[in-house]
Amino acid sequence: MLYGQRLVQKSVISLIQQADIHPKKDTMSAVMIARKVRKWEKLPGKNTFCCDGRVMMARQKGVFYLTLLLIMGTCALFFAFECPYLAVHLSPAIPVFAALIFLFVIAMLLRTSFSDPGVLPRALPEEATFIEMEIEAANGNVPAGQRPPPRIRNVQINNQIVKLKYCYTCKIFRPPRASHCSICDNCVDRFDHHCPWVGNCVGKRNYRYFYMFTLSLSLLTIYIFTFDIVHVVMRSVDNGFLNTLKETPGTVLEVLVCFFTLWSVVGLTGFHTYLISLNQTTNEDIKGSWSGKNRVQNPYSHKNFIKNCCEALCGPTYPSVLDRRGLMQEDSPVSFTSAAPSISSSSYPVSQTMKTTAPLIPNEHTPDDAKPSIAASAEKSDSPKEELPPAPKVPPLASPETDAEATLAKEKAQ
Amino acid sequence: MATERHTVSNLTIFVSLCVCVCGPPQFHNLQELRQSASLANKVFIQRDYSEGTTCRFQTKFPSELESRIERTLFEDTVKTLNNYYAEAEKIGGQSYLEGCLACATAYLIFLCMETRYEKVLKKIAKYIQEQNEKFYAPRGLLVTDPIERGMRVIEISIYEDRGSSGSSSGSSSVSGSTAR
Repeated sequence: MLYGQRLVQKSVISLIQQADIHPKKDTMSAVMIARKVRKWEKLPGKNTFCCDGRVMMARQKGVFYLTLLLIMGTCALFFAFECPYLAVHLSPAIPVFAALIFLFVIAMLLRTSFSDPGVLPRALPEEATFIEMEIEAANGNVPAGQRPPPRIRNVQINNQIVKLKYCYTCKIFRPPRASHCSICDNCVDRFDHHCPWVGNCVGKRNYRYFYMFTLSLSLLTIYIFTFDIVHVVMRSVDNGFLNTLKETPGTVLEVLVCFFTLWSVVGLTGFHTYLISLNQTTNEDIKGSWSGKNRVQNPYSHKNFIKNCCEALCGPTYPSVLDRRGLMQEDSPVSFTSAAPSISSSSYPVSQTMKTTAPLIPNEHTPDDAKPSIAASAEKSDSPKEELPPAPKVPPLASPETDAEATLAKEKAQ
Repeated sequence: MATERHTVSNLTIFVSLCVCVCGPPQFHNLQELRQSASLANKVFIQRDYSEGTTCRFQTKFPSELESRIERTLFEDTVKTLNNYYAEAEKIGGQSYLEGCLACATAYLIFLCMETRYEKVLKKIAKYIQEQNEKFYAPRGLLVTDPIERGMRVIEISIYEDRGSSGSSSGSSSVSGSTAR
């Protein structure tokens, strides 16, 4: 925040200095130009960003903090109470291994929580209009009063028909296996589920880290639980059971936490191992997409347990297609209209030619043979007040629903 | 400012005269394209999901480009891009090694090392720039890297010469440009 304030101050000072030279320069637009805005600040969706766009999480982080507290707290108790005794009486390797597993767990947790799960950026206005046109062409003329058919595209994948649904929020046809997370308000590629314990969605890019996190956490829980029992037994032989509990009160807490964690986390790891071996996502499993009815089979599975595992865990590391740290492209001051403090935020330089309402933009006349879509979208964009690029003006046929399925269900219910 | 306008109008006259003689606008480089052309239309090449979720684009030739570029050139570009993406997403010995090594270091190695996918993306960016400069910009087209559109589409922008209205009309475009 302080850095931003300093930038604004600098720009205001330079503005005052420039006032003599360019008295008619728009104050607001000049201030906007001076401050560098990164793209993450203008991204739609309900994510929170930290470290200048390097870290990306969901909005509700309370449960994530609880996860961190439980893991770190339990391990701290283990190192404080059990490790000194076990290192001396059994082996010094025990705390060393515990530390290694603990560090791995934390690394995996942070990696899962902080990385982009595979968010698909929303369609820019031209792409949205192009898709609308294709849909209109495919549907033909719908008689007045009749509901238009649901927006579905059929593709054939490995001799299986897969239906691609249209996302009304993101204005795209979702790729296969993608789904819209209503908590984060983003379409995520290979959407598995939204995990509150991790404070993020689990998708294509962070699924393996999530799996390694649950696996290593299971190992850590079993490790701590086992050595807690060993420690209590060994000490009880010398001192008696009640005395042992008095000497190391932390043990009771650790055993309790580990006992409950064991059932949930080990179960979850087992479930995800099963999903990986079949190359399915939690989302598909819950919806029963490939449950075998109507002779549908999973077209993504290699039908080989080892191949499926290798693909999920040792496959390529996909890059993030959401540009968070790029700089927003600012328009030059000449192209602003005098009234509005608008920021041009498209990623290609000729975007200003699309705004037909600003008198100073050279391209006032769209060519005669331009498609009606371009002219229509240029009219609709009505730019002087436009601030957010990926939330364009809504074309007439789209309704802003976060979940196309809900829309379809509503349409059926009406 | 005045000299700039003069240069631009001279350029526009030159280009419009070229339009009379040779057909669609001939832009000699990307800078010229951006300065003196106006965006007429955009074509979006969609993803091809027939082989699963791996990144592939359809090689179907869009009708809007029929008069602008040869079919073979376009198909070549898309096929080369598809090959690059296939190379990036190939699951084989090298990707297993990379995956296992990264897992052993708790994926911290990615903080210093570039993944194979990122290396291929750099090659793709270079390839697209090369293609734009050599083939697409001279024909008044611009190919956008799919990564900038979420790897969903290859966006091809179609430019028209700013002074003319698509079809050749030397005198009207000259008067149009001098009025600026």
